[in-house]
Amino acid sequence: MPDTARGKEPVAVVGVGQTKHVAARRDVSIAGLVREAARRALDDAELTWADIDAVVIGKAPDFFEGVMMPELYLADALGAVGKPMLRVHTAGSVGGSTALVASNLVASRVHGTVLTLAFEKQSESNAMWGLSLPVPFQQPLLAGAGGFFAPHVRAYMRRTGAPDTVGSLVAYKDRRNALKNPYAHLHEHDITLEKVQASPMLWDPIRYSETCPSSDGACAMILTDRAGASRAPNAPAWVHGGAMRSEPTMFAGKDFVSPQAGKDCAADVYRQAGVTDPRREIDAVEMYVPFSWYEPMWLENLGFAAEGEGWKLTESGVTELDGDLPVNPSGGVLSTNPIGASGMIRFAEAALQVRGRAGEHQVEGARRALGHAYGGGSQFFSMWLVGAEPPRT
Amino acid sequence: MTHDVAIVAFAQTDHRRRSDDLSEVEMLMPVLHEVLAHTGLKTGDIGFTCSGSSDYLAGRAFSFTMALDGVGAWPPISESHVEMDGAWALYEAWVKILTGEADTALVYSYGKSSPGQVRDVLTRQLDPYYLAPLWPDSVALAALQAQALIDAGSVDEPELAAVAARNRDDARTNPHAQLSGSVPQGEYIVQPLRAGDCSPIGDGAAAVILAAGDRARDLCERPAWIRGMDHRIEAHSLGVRDLTDSPSTRLAAQRAGVFERPVDTAELHAPFSSQEVVLRRALDLDDSVRVNPSGGALAANPVMATGLVRLGEAAARIHRGESDRALAHATSGPCLQQNLVAVLEGEDRA
Repeated sequence: MPDTARGKEPVAVVGVGQTKHVAARRDVSIAGLVREAARRALDDAELTWADIDAVVIGKAPDFFEGVMMPELYLADALGAVGKPMLRVHTAGSVGGSTALVASNLVASRVHGTVLTLAFEKQSESNAMWGLSLPVPFQQPLLAGAGGFFAPHVRAYMRRTGAPDTVGSLVAYKDRRNALKNPYAHLHEHDITLEKVQASPMLWDPIRYSETCPSSDGACAMILTDRAGASRAPNAPAWVHGGAMRSEPTMFAGKDFVSPQAGKDCAADVYRQAGVTDPRREIDAVEMYVPFSWYEPMWLENLGFAAEGEGWKLTESGVTELDGDLPVNPSGGVLSTNPIGASGMIRFAEAALQVRGRAGEHQVEGARRALGHAYGGGSQFFSMWLVGAEPPRT
Repeated sequence: MTHDVAIVAFAQTDHRRRSDDLSEVEMLMPVLHEVLAHTGLKTGDIGFTCSGSSDYLAGRAFSFTMALDGVGAWPPISESHVEMDGAWALYEAWVKILTGEADTALVYSYGKSSPGQVRDVLTRQLDPYYLAPLWPDSVALAALQAQALIDAGSVDEPELAAVAARNRDDARTNPHAQLSGSVPQGEYIVQPLRAGDCSPIGDGAAAVILAAGDRARDLCERPAWIRGMDHRIEAHSLGVRDLTDSPSTRLAAQRAGVFERPVDTAELHAPFSSQEVVLRRALDLDDSVRVNPSGGALAANPVMATGLVRLGEAAARIHRGESDRALAHATSGPCLQQNLVAVLEGEDRA
């Protein structure tokens, strides 16, 4: 039985692997795709399949690839045969939730070293219509996620008086950051602010260049305990706090602009990590921003800016790669969106930052980074805060 | 912090062939209310919530999001979901409590098989490149397994019929069962499996509450302590597995501590009579063990909840003082590909 009498086991990220995200990976099966990411995470940790005690896998709806419970078929590809394998599904937040479930397996001392992975092979289907199934007696998602989220962006603009240029600034920044990330899907070398602003309006006020692509891709991490971390060849990232929060999809009291579940989730993570002033104490943020306006919205929701002030941070350049609080140095969801993996990429990129292994998009001196994911109608949230130093226990 | 986590309450629907008059949320809500009422807890008192279900069964993406409305997740709750049988949701919740981050958990799962053809739907969980295009259905795959058992001399058709009859006879005392009593074996569906060898198709939901240490003792007169729990998966392809054996069940049982002392009860998730034969052998269960006093999956098979029902039924027997040490098992995937085993114990009575 696990020994929990000594408190939680510290959890370290010792391996990170991603595929190069693209619109369609026609050269690999789903199994080939996930194995590629897992293999890279193992290589980073200098571990083999035999070192893995359990596998925790996540992805967004099974309808995207047309495979029901694909973890069953993927057991072989992920070296899970004879091991425990768990499948997490919490809508868009799933990549983050999956990492947290894996983290808990280590924290509870049920397992020593866990492979966690999330993926989506969106080229197998059409995400927009996959998200638009009509359901009796309830509001459908109105032609994809953009149709659902656009009115809430509009509400944010009205509430805060944000000028309508802020969204394009975010997109311009994230697409430039993506150029420094070899795994990012969109590499728009000729991007300019004018091009973003001149792109077609899709769901007013969301323009084409302010939306995420549909990507094929996978992301994997190796999580391990203190003993495992001491054997790791590269600097680990330590989990200082992690939490999930959910609230109902629709009810009269819900604030779609700044959901309470997001606020509560961030507060829980900061409490666990001993963070009292996130704006000053966190060095980099990988935030789930599928539509550009969600950067200023989440800056407020996550406590980096006072209510109504998020857009000012963005406008003043604070969230740029060389700014005071870089947001999405990797290029973010706006540049890479294999939906089921997108949350885990945020978590993994936060880990890369504090491990000093983010390459060209490294934030200099990053010691603490936040990974953030959300899903459903802004109802599911998962976050973790990772640091270069082990947590104080 | 404590090691001790127990199932303190269990509720389930009456399992029915169809429930056209109910949405999934409507099917689930009475179960949630009932399980909370057993403990006096309210949604806001629960430390962690986890559910299990399947979009493919529901026929829509993100089907579980609506079930959350039934929980009443306001103020926001700490919550997660596995796209698996609810037994694995219980496993995730158990791990969460072991970290010390929660001391109570609500676990629920549900499945409506009636709107579609569940035999066809389940083919979609097979290898999408080599196997799924052939549409081999769940009964056909189980029949391969049953035939392998017969060919190996492990069982014959009358013995399979006896397994089915015993389960349904036991289900007479289970008011939630869909099939009970003298159910005819019927015609072959896929030889050698007859209708009577196969679980019924139905709709249903289940929920349990977990609690740690003294919290469990406060909430339940005789908590069903989880002494161990483990799950293992095997290769997917049937061609590389010995279908007459279940090494993943045996390994999970070992890790869960099943073989340390005899169990008196076993709730096995065997949707086919032949699979009970495989599981009994993997778990070394002899005739002294009361197997599936609820009637098991052959009496009610709400896909995605059937495994959680096994954990709940085993726990309920401990709650009632009818068992001191029970085994609960859940399965997933074709021909018992993935298996979970838990050991539940009641404390000695004074």
